[in-house]
Amino acid sequence: MRAEATGPALKLPEKHYLNATYGIRSWLLTTDHKRIALLWLAAVTFFFFIGGFFAMMIRLHLLTPNGYLLTPDMYNRMFTMHGVTMVFFFLIPSIPAILGNFLIPLMIGAKDLAFPKINLLSWYIYIVGGLFTLWAMVNGGLDTGWTFYTPFSTLYSNSAVAPAVVGVFINGFSSILTGLNFLVTVHTMRAPGMTWFRLPLFVWAHYATSIVMILGTPVIAITLGLAAMERVFGLGFFNPAMGGDPILFQHLFWFYSHPAVYIMILPAMGVISELIPTFARKRLFGYHFVAAASLAIAVIGFLVWTHHMFLTGQSTYAAVAFSFLTFIVAIPSAIKTFNWTATLFGGSISFDTPMLYAFGFLGLFMIGGLTGLFLGALGVDINIHDTYFVVAHFHYIMVGGAVMGYLGGLHFWWPKITGRMYPEWLARIAAFILFIGFNFTFFPQFILGIMGMPRRYHTYPPEFQIYNVMSTAGASILAVGYLLPMVYLTWAAFYGKVAGDNPWPATGLEWKTQSPPLTENFDVTPVVTWEAYDFHNRPDLGLDVPSGKGSPGVVAPAHGDD
Amino acid sequence: MQSPLPTFPEQASNFAGNVDALFSFILMTTLFFAVLVTVLIIFAAFKFRRQSEKEVGDDVHGNNVLEVGWTLIPTIIAIGIFAWGAAIYVNYRIAPKDTLDIYLVGKQWMWKLQQPNGRKEINELHVPVNQNVKLIMGSEDVIHDFYVPAFRVKMDVVPGRYNTMWFRPTKTGKYHFFCSQYCGTNHAVMGGWVTVMEPAEYAAWLSGESGDVNPVSAGERLFTQLACVTCHLSNGTGRAPSLNGVFGANVLLADGSIVVADEAYIRESILQPNAKIVAGYAPVMPTFQGLVTEEQIMNLTAYIKSLQSQPVPAKGAGIAPATAGKK
Amino acid sequence: MHRTGALFGQFKTLEQQKDTATLGMWIFLVTEVMFFGGIMLAYTINRHTYFHAFAMGSNTLSLGLGGFNTVVLLASSFTMAMAVWSSQTSKKGLITLFLSLTIFLGFVFFGVKYVEYAQKFHHHLVPGKNFDIFYCVNNPSKCDDIDAADMAKEKEELEVAAKADPDLNAHAQLYYSAYFGMTGLHALHMVIGAGLLFWLLKESVAGRFNAEWNNPVDIVGLYWHFVDIVWIYLFPLLYLIDRHK
Repeated sequence: MRAEATGPALKLPEKHYLNATYGIRSWLLTTDHKRIALLWLAAVTFFFFIGGFFAMMIRLHLLTPNGYLLTPDMYNRMFTMHGVTMVFFFLIPSIPAILGNFLIPLMIGAKDLAFPKINLLSWYIYIVGGLFTLWAMVNGGLDTGWTFYTPFSTLYSNSAVAPAVVGVFINGFSSILTGLNFLVTVHTMRAPGMTWFRLPLFVWAHYATSIVMILGTPVIAITLGLAAMERVFGLGFFNPAMGGDPILFQHLFWFYSHPAVYIMILPAMGVISELIPTFARKRLFGYHFVAAASLAIAVIGFLVWTHHMFLTGQSTYAAVAFSFLTFIVAIPSAIKTFNWTATLFGGSISFDTPMLYAFGFLGLFMIGGLTGLFLGALGVDINIHDTYFVVAHFHYIMVGGAVMGYLGGLHFWWPKITGRMYPEWLARIAAFILFIGFNFTFFPQFILGIMGMPRRYHTYPPEFQIYNVMSTAGASILAVGYLLPMVYLTWAAFYGKVAGDNPWPATGLEWKTQSPPLTENFDVTPVVTWEAYDFHNRPDLGLDVPSGKGSPGVVAPAHGDD
Repeated sequence: MQSPLPTFPEQASNFAGNVDALFSFILMTTLFFAVLVTVLIIFAAFKFRRQSEKEVGDDVHGNNVLEVGWTLIPTIIAIGIFAWGAAIYVNYRIAPKDTLDIYLVGKQWMWKLQQPNGRKEINELHVPVNQNVKLIMGSEDVIHDFYVPAFRVKMDVVPGRYNTMWFRPTKTGKYHFFCSQYCGTNHAVMGGWVTVMEPAEYAAWLSGESGDVNPVSAGERLFTQLACVTCHLSNGTGRAPSLNGVFGANVLLADGSIVVADEAYIRESILQPNAKIVAGYAPVMPTFQGLVTEEQIMNLTAYIKSLQSQPVPAKGAGIAPATAGKK
Repeated sequence: MHRTGALFGQFKTLEQQKDTATLGMWIFLVTEVMFFGGIMLAYTINRHTYFHAFAMGSNTLSLGLGGFNTVVLLASSFTMAMAVWSSQTSKKGLITLFLSLTIFLGFVFFGVKYVEYAQKFHHHLVPGKNFDIFYCVNNPSKCDDIDAADMAKEKEELEVAAKADPDLNAHAQLYYSAYFGMTGLHALHMVIGAGLLFWLLKESVAGRFNAEWNNPVDIVGLYWHFVDIVWIYLFPLLYLIDRHK
């Protein structure tokens, strides 16, 4: 339960970042990280719809073994464009560009990010890349799979590969600039007293994500660049007829695309690390371990890429090494899960919508992560590689994990972003619908994989139909679960109950400002004297702390890389 | 034999049992931890639910012993799973010396296989039971993948290199195989059947043909087996013209000339498909020279003749001018 | 728009602004290392697999022009460093001078590159349908910019290489893919660098840089030095394969 207002109803503050200036130019040329976050929200939601449309087409087509909805070429375009849209234009930007942009300066006590103009540029680059890719999708489509494997993509596909690849390439710079901005910001813009180990774990998570963004994204850029040049100019690095090697493409591609999945999940883990302490009113168990685990995931995540290539005929010993590393990279995620669970013990737990999403994340991410163990085990991977088992595995993590984190975060910070609260009971119902729809959609796909149904199939043997029907039925429920928040969050932004500065209450620095915040975030630079999630030393929250607890904090010097 | 795990395909190779056993082990371990954590979460959610509006939780930083414990134990289990999986894989990647070697070529969108004595198959693989079989695999175009769920084996087929895989079938029967690496339009129909036979039957099969007396039904079977049906869709929407009604009719060719589709034309189209291209179609048909006997060509011709009475589609027939086909 | 040297709103001190911008440029250069790294990996693997073709391709490049360009770029890094020093010591005239020299040297580099690329185009050494490593030895009249002695040497080298690698032409095309890919990417970065230098020149003429505020000169200098270092790698990798005759 959040702190209910007693007495007269709250009112929105007079001046805040939303009404500071008016007009379309003040939005399209803004350098305010909060407005830029909202620009991102609009753009990312648009692409989410597009990716979701493609998903709907896939699931409807697969209702029958000999799908009548789409031709094979059309179907192949549907799953490819679903993957490209969702990975590059939804999952990778979502939490960092929306919640990260909005919150990181507030969380560290800064007026803005280090490079506000580059922040805006990053959004425009995304728009340009997105439009390029969209154009390609309607002018020939794309049917190579989001993985663009050569030589199919460079020499055989009859779809608009080059423009689509250019669009993704351009979009990569958006990611690089965001990561660069976050890294520098966290290093140089922290408020006095905000030492590294007082940072919220959301910031740690984005720091780790940014490391992956800047080290990995340039590699996909050059890879796609080489593929485009091969397709258009006849360069031959991936062409066997010229002595090139299609597997080289896979190495270069996965060198980025595996760490990319950590770009997609680390921010969501950061959100969960905020939600659980807030709604259990208890500091996160093992703060240092969770921070270290984020960095470990980022680093080790660069060392496992060949686990996507166990069956390409590569060196057996290399495969063994990468399988070993794959199991190692699972450990930090396990550590985090145990720490999140331990935080609950001795807490004071409420079941507001963000917490429901956190619980959903815990369960679904766990299933997704554990099924990764099956895939990392070489002997089992032989059987389930490139089957629906893989599809189910990554959707459990990406949708069950990352999207749950995204929605949980949106709900949690909606009052800060808009000043108004979403409707709680409707939101809880939507969360349940999502959870149930999700499991019905993707659990049957594990079974399909075990039974032997390969991925990317527009038609399948009839014995697989029952699970496909179940999956499609689940997808329709899932769609409702997504549409509901889009509707009521939009409604709430204008007509929801005014929330006040800190409705939950939560301990982050962002909650010490008004809701919505001023353009410059803080009228006075805050001086931080408390640890993160320290409910026992925050009399300003107005909670019942048992007496005898708490000690005054120590002021540390301003910013610096301490 | 039937796999102990529900919904699994049957176990028909030397690898299947071990792979399923490892799968079971991982399943039980992960299920244990998943249930444990879930129960703990649900328990905590109930036991520590908020009692009053301003209540806070305990002030606990962490516990280093727990951290070390829940790092080490999963690591040990993970390494155990890794080691078992690696053992299966190394065994799988290193073929024994005494194998029956079969050559395999994947191409869009069919499989061509060649037995040791030269006998060829398309989209079918016949092997003897209880004998080590090694597949030496190449691709003519893009990356494909040969996957037999019942054997629990799979390997990519990559252009520019040979990949090998081996297995020992342990049970006679027919088992589905699939292409398992996306390769374009007809990736999903690029499958077939592995037939595992007793050694004597296999030897007999290897040296002769199984006869099918009726040429039309033999031809119809061949038409499917040789994957003609994947391109020559009868409704005219395929990459190749529909063959309904074509026998004996005039065909408009790409160079503007017209030929009659007689037996010679059919034979030439099968053996030298690029000699005469139907107008509006691309020269993508592979040659079946060396893949079909004269007897088989005759059976195919008989089948195509039998399609004379089938409805001719408005678009996509090979037939000339008045109802000339278009893609 | 903020004038260079003014304090941007999100910073508390000029010192913080400087540290932030410098850190930003260093991190950006790390991304550039990863970017070039990808194509360097492709180069390395293919050079190892097709050594003869790569050696052959390398030997068709002009050591003179490549060496000259290397000296030009090293000199431009020197003039850039002098520009940074001048800004740190508030010598306004010298800043402008050294920036102009750096830009000039950059254009000299482009000029030489243009000559090299044009030559490759005429010799049918651009990857694509017309690629033919044997073009010049088979059509000496078409390649009259190669003198007789060099032509004879090339013919001999080609014969040896072709014996060692029957698919020489296809694999030589891989070398040239690497050549154009890597030098093209490098040239693109130089163009961007030249643009940044022009902006710096404009600002230096307007007197914006001095001992208190020279951060932009500093970080553009970092970028320019990085582009130079990339060339220092490219030169031996592309021009100096198997050249001990």
